[in-house]
Amino acid sequence: MSRISEVSAVAAQQGRKLLIPYLVAGDPDLPTTLKLLHKLVADGADMIELGVPFSDPSSDGPVIQRGVERAIAGGTNLAKVLDLVAEFRLQNDSTPIVLMGYLNPVEIMGYEAFASRASDAGVDGVLIVDMPPSESSVLTPLLKGKHIDTIFLVAPTTTESRCAQIVANCSGYLYYVSLKGVTGAALLDTESVRLSIEKLRTMTDLPIVIGFGIKDAASARAMGALSEGVIIGSALVERIEKLPSDDTASAQQLAQVTEVIKTAREALDTL
Amino acid sequence: MPDMQQDSIGFAGPDSLGHFGPYGGTFVGETLIAAVEELSRVYEEVSKDPEFWAEYDHDLKYYVGRPSPLYLAERLTAEAGGAKIYLKREDLNHTGAHKVNNTIGQALLAKRMGKTRIIAETGAGQHGVASATVAARLGLECFVYMGAEDIQRQAPNVYRMKLLGATVVSVDSGSRTLKDAMNEALRDWATNVDSTYYIIGTVAGPHPYPQIVRDFQCIIGRETREQSLAQLGQLPDALVACVGGGSNAIGMFHPFLNDSSVAMYGVEAGGDGVETGRHAAPLSAGVPGVLHGNRTYLMTDSGGQIMETHSVSAGLDYPGVGPEHAWLKDLKRVNYVNATDTEAMKAFHQLTRLEGIIPALESAHAVAYAMRLAATMAPEQSVVINLSGRGDKDIQTVAKLEGLTL
Ligand SMILES: Cc1ncc(COP(=O)(O)O)c(C=O)c1O
Repeated sequence: MSRISEVSAVAAQQGRKLLIPYLVAGDPDLPTTLKLLHKLVADGADMIELGVPFSDPSSDGPVIQRGVERAIAGGTNLAKVLDLVAEFRLQNDSTPIVLMGYLNPVEIMGYEAFASRASDAGVDGVLIVDMPPSESSVLTPLLKGKHIDTIFLVAPTTTESRCAQIVANCSGYLYYVSLKGVTGAALLDTESVRLSIEKLRTMTDLPIVIGFGIKDAASARAMGALSEGVIIGSALVERIEKLPSDDTASAQQLAQVTEVIKTAREALDTL
Repeated sequence: MPDMQQDSIGFAGPDSLGHFGPYGGTFVGETLIAAVEELSRVYEEVSKDPEFWAEYDHDLKYYVGRPSPLYLAERLTAEAGGAKIYLKREDLNHTGAHKVNNTIGQALLAKRMGKTRIIAETGAGQHGVASATVAARLGLECFVYMGAEDIQRQAPNVYRMKLLGATVVSVDSGSRTLKDAMNEALRDWATNVDSTYYIIGTVAGPHPYPQIVRDFQCIIGRETREQSLAQLGQLPDALVACVGGGSNAIGMFHPFLNDSSVAMYGVEAGGDGVETGRHAAPLSAGVPGVLHGNRTYLMTDSGGQIMETHSVSAGLDYPGVGPEHAWLKDLKRVNYVNATDTEAMKAFHQLTRLEGIIPALESAHAVAYAMRLAATMAPEQSVVINLSGRGDKDIQTVAKLEGLTL
């Protein structure tokens, strides 16, 4: 069983909602990201989505775009993100790490090299925003061969027949995008999300987590009530934006950043 | 109707998933999939509907002013000293470039789909102007995304778009040029997908755009074919077109792909010279990767980041290229070459002074290479240059390069 499935199974048993923070690797710098990863786990993260910076993040809103630009300015690329995961694994062997990013860096590294390097580093899942199932028939099996899950998104606009294709290709968890648009946008319409999730439940046993637009304890609680868990991205990256670079953030500053995760944890635990 | 003739011979494409060999495809986020699938569905219907094409032909004739002439440039021919040089005068189209062939067609699609709002990305501003123009004509709301840097260097076109009633949105992210404008347009589309039609300006983007834009630009090659037969009594020996995203080039080349006697040259922006790394020539010096919805040749670094491009012409300043060109390169059907900023500037002045035609800086790249090519050919041979646009929009840039302010 993959680390992701193990963690989700245990959470399901305990009635615990999954809390999955998203942050950009290398924002503001790689040593700070490493500290943040450990701190996020300490503050209640069950898994982490680690953004791989790409120069043209066309599915992301302004907050994450700026995080990506900071990371790229510091020279972070896919190879360095994999090194970061390996370093994280020296101290943490249990928290799943999902790489989230765009396809081009993987294409340039080469699919086979990527699959084996990601596996060596201790990556558990891969979510490539601009790789739909129809374009994934080469990479997904390579990752599977290395026991790495390929995670896909389902959007409010996804048709029912497409949902079937997505769940057939997806492993680990299913990521439900709770709004139309890019990361960090707009408000959630709880009722329509509930209906969509209900429909998805009839199609898959995968844990369903909700992301895009969850920014505080209240929205985490509202979406957590409908699903197995939530992803918090832009709200975290917005706080990271205030950190100093060059690995100079104090423990107190880091705690201020992860506060949003801590309060989301508390809110989810009341469910 | 779109050009179907090569289906039997081997340049058919794309397949139903939008692939041209290993290139093309639909590499977009899930939030956009429903939109591109809807567009594919509608286009498939429409491309078989003679009424749609009749309306398109009507608009091209009475609104754009087609057919555009095929003009023998005698003094340019004499200057190059070799093959006869003909110009396909896309610069004479309404709005001043080939871009309008595509926006006319896509606006008709938007209308069929009941969309009320149009968005577009633009580099040189020609596609932005052509989009704002059709939006004005159909009474649709129009937003044009444009890199902050391009807004600076293409000020006259920015003002034209505003006059036409469009909102020009300055894009400050990334390299602040065309690729970033396209990212921003994709974000807008994902957010406003119900009301909005995205008019992509070149043969890039996710399927079905490379096919749709090509089909709308093929009017260039079809006319050139007929005009060559009528005026030259035969097909030309060579075709030359500049390649930014590749829409004017594919429009010229596609109807000739099966004519093996016709050589084809796609001219990329060599910038300071391909060897300096400061250029916009992915087919000459790039590698395959994925950007803006398709797999194609890209300018990307070893870590997979898209590199900044450099060209004197904003319309060629793009790190990718349409996937069908990537395929035609691998098939060796088209030769992809380049011309530097300096060569393009020289050709700009030559065409202006010898023929009284001020070309767009993009098109000047094709003129530069064609003159080199013609010199290696015999006088009884002929070269057709796709003169994709006129240079009125560029006079400030040219003046600045010569140390003048207007
Ligand atoms: C006059 C002209 N020619 C060529 C181009 C390049 O585009 P494409 O390669 O799609 O023809 C542009 C783009 O703005 C243009 O304005």
